[in-house]
Amino acid sequence: MSEKPAENDTAAPEQPKGKLALYWAASCGGCEISVLAINEKILDVAAAFDIVFWPVAIDAKVHDVEKMPDGHIDVCLFNGSIRTSEQEYMAHLLRKKSKVLVAFGSCAHEGCIPGLANMSNREEIFTTAYHETPSTVNPDRVRPRPETTVPEGILHLPVFYDSVKTLDQTVPVDYYLPGCPPEADRIWDAIVAILEGKLPEPGSVIGVDTTVCEECPRTRTEKKIKAFKRTWEVIPDPDTCLLEQGLLCCGIATRAGCGARCPEVNSPCIGCYGPTNEVKDFGVRLMSALASSIDSNDPEEVDRIIEEGIPDPIGSFYRFSLAASLLRRKKLAGNGEGT
Amino acid sequence: MKRISIDPITRLEGHGKIDIFLDDEGNVANAYLQIPELRGFERFCLGRPAEDMPNLTNRICGVCPEAHHMAATKALDAVFHVDPPPAAKKLRELFYSIFYATDHTTHFYALGGPDFVVGPDAPPAERNILGVVAKVGMDVAGKVLKMRKDGHNLLEMIGGRKVHPNWGLPGGVSRGINEEQRREIEARGREAIEFAKFSLQIFEAVVLKDTKYNFVDIITGGVYTHETYNMGTVDENNHVNFYDGQIRVTAPDGSEHAKYDAVNYREYVAERVEPWSYLKFPYLKKVGWKGFVDGMDSGVYKCTPLSRLNAADGMATPLAQAEYERMYETLGGKPVHHTLATHWARLVELLYAAERWVELANDPEITSPEYRVLPTETPTEGVGCVEAPRGTLTHHYWTDERGILTQVNLIVGTTNNNAPICMSVKKAAQGLIKGGKVNEGLLNMVEMAFRAYDPCFGCATHTLPGQMPLVVTIRDAQGEVIERLSQYVE
Repeated sequence: MSEKPAENDTAAPEQPKGKLALYWAASCGGCEISVLAINEKILDVAAAFDIVFWPVAIDAKVHDVEKMPDGHIDVCLFNGSIRTSEQEYMAHLLRKKSKVLVAFGSCAHEGCIPGLANMSNREEIFTTAYHETPSTVNPDRVRPRPETTVPEGILHLPVFYDSVKTLDQTVPVDYYLPGCPPEADRIWDAIVAILEGKLPEPGSVIGVDTTVCEECPRTRTEKKIKAFKRTWEVIPDPDTCLLEQGLLCCGIATRAGCGARCPEVNSPCIGCYGPTNEVKDFGVRLMSALASSIDSNDPEEVDRIIEEGIPDPIGSFYRFSLAASLLRRKKLAGNGEGT
Repeated sequence: MKRISIDPITRLEGHGKIDIFLDDEGNVANAYLQIPELRGFERFCLGRPAEDMPNLTNRICGVCPEAHHMAATKALDAVFHVDPPPAAKKLRELFYSIFYATDHTTHFYALGGPDFVVGPDAPPAERNILGVVAKVGMDVAGKVLKMRKDGHNLLEMIGGRKVHPNWGLPGGVSRGINEEQRREIEARGREAIEFAKFSLQIFEAVVLKDTKYNFVDIITGGVYTHETYNMGTVDENNHVNFYDGQIRVTAPDGSEHAKYDAVNYREYVAERVEPWSYLKFPYLKKVGWKGFVDGMDSGVYKCTPLSRLNAADGMATPLAQAEYERMYETLGGKPVHHTLATHWARLVELLYAAERWVELANDPEITSPEYRVLPTETPTEGVGCVEAPRGTLTHHYWTDERGILTQVNLIVGTTNNNAPICMSVKKAAQGLIKGGKVNEGLLNMVEMAFRAYDPCFGCATHTLPGQMPLVVTIRDAQGEVIERLSQYVE
């Protein structure tokens, strides 16, 4: 950042204000709600920054961004994954115009739950949505098309891609803010780090490098798992480690930062904060952590325990990270654009 | 033929686009609202364990994840053939009432309210929540912020997180509440009732008693009126309920068209595919699809706060019931077909949600440790249904004997209103565009027409200042730009 406000004074009026942009691509809107959940501190953000682009909140438009000199925006917080050429265009545009580009939230960071669509392709998704869903009445087998001629003229729709991509599979990214969505307190921490010029090394995840287990108050002993249980099969003890009780809690491999919110309400961590530093593939890390917790040295028994207790390995190990994983997606037939 | 494209400036996120075609006389020939987005949940959830659905489908919408979480959880009750204990049902409804009050607050103050409170012809720069604050006082901002903050804090306390709860399970919920939490919930609920009453007073003062714009005339004017069927969930007394009950559909003349258990939804609702939108168009199956038209013979129905009030006989709580009666008396009796009255109906629902919140917080069973039972039967198939703020939300799952999903069907809140929103947009355009003259006011008129529905496909409409930046480009038949109008963009 070229225009750093004075340290420890987030609203120093004599300092030039930084320029902030926020954008959403393919996302659910939860990241925006989480930004708003910093509540009255949003006024501090407005005092410290000129918010030059935030479609959800201010009037600047894409043309305004296009007119900006390159590097004009100091920090861009970009949420949502990339599924259409339009989103791809916005990612390239905001990369060019921003000194610092932050992949904000799980979709931009890892593809998130909608990234599980990479187990299918466009054809399969269309067939399910427009032909197979049982309340759909579509005898003429109509499906949405990029171009439709109606009596009055031609209507256009964007092309739907085969694959969900993360932001850094599209453009270079400087920082990552994990979580689905990032907790409001962590968003505020990141904003303070930006204001105080205390960002970590470029390429880093902004956050702590410990696991959810480290901030979970439950009692842990040695893990000796004999069988995995589904959440509907057991009422867990509220004070003991959920994994030790046989529930597939992802906390063991998931970055801390949420305050172990899900274990707090007696639900296993589902892994939305993604992996810790130095872990390339969340699913591999989680699988190896679980394997070492299984109370058996017999490979066949280990296989059986996993097969019986974890019927959906992709959905369980890559719930949030399939698009960012070493797998990325199910293989496409032919020359798909998905990889 | 001339074409007018209304693209939210957020079009690059692909949320919604309107194309209006003019005939040779320059009058509106047709209008199309296109939704250029699809994520394919019905496909990629296949093969997942059914119990993951409350967490997976949260991510359909980060604005109303609580609605998907509850519909999914209820569908799991059915899939696993398990009846949750009374405390579990009450806790879920309590959680859901808090969510409703929080969500309706956001819509009224940030989105719908500015058109009325600041005025439909106020400068766009003032027609936002800051303009609302300037008009009705600084302390209002504090009240609204506090209401939203308290709501989200309680949702986190009960369901685990402020956004995307992780709490619902077949047969109950993952954790109950203790007495200390109950007291906190009750105290905030009592404040919420006062906030809802205060909000209705604001509506009375700036809308109903307004003499500058004659809002009551605007609300009841023909441009914003559509005589369609109405849908909503009702309890055993035909009172509005958000969490559970039967689906009731009333005809444009107010008579009962159908009343059914959600599990039978496919007998009553079908979805149509159009090649020019990724979003399907539900309609009443027994009436049939007759196109984008009003009336008894058209299967188009609405599913909004106003529709829920139209489809019910009243509200289950006393203060909300009084406001319900007052609304219908003022607007000339039931049913009300004026789309803009949806804002009023939303405030009646806000008051009901707050009253129900306190009722449930005071229920002797609410702190019971019996908040969960384990399923014992083999999972098969099940339907879960709640009233999302933006319409009846239906989740339908089929599984194998291990509870792995083999088929999923979702009819999402706003989807119900896809056809009526298209019709409202067309009518607003027809009301303004005559003889090829396009009035700047068209932009806000069109915006007001679909904002009343609080549509969720335009997450762009869930904006802080309540503005939908729009650009209207008018092209001739050769595609040459002959005029460009914009609002909120420069």
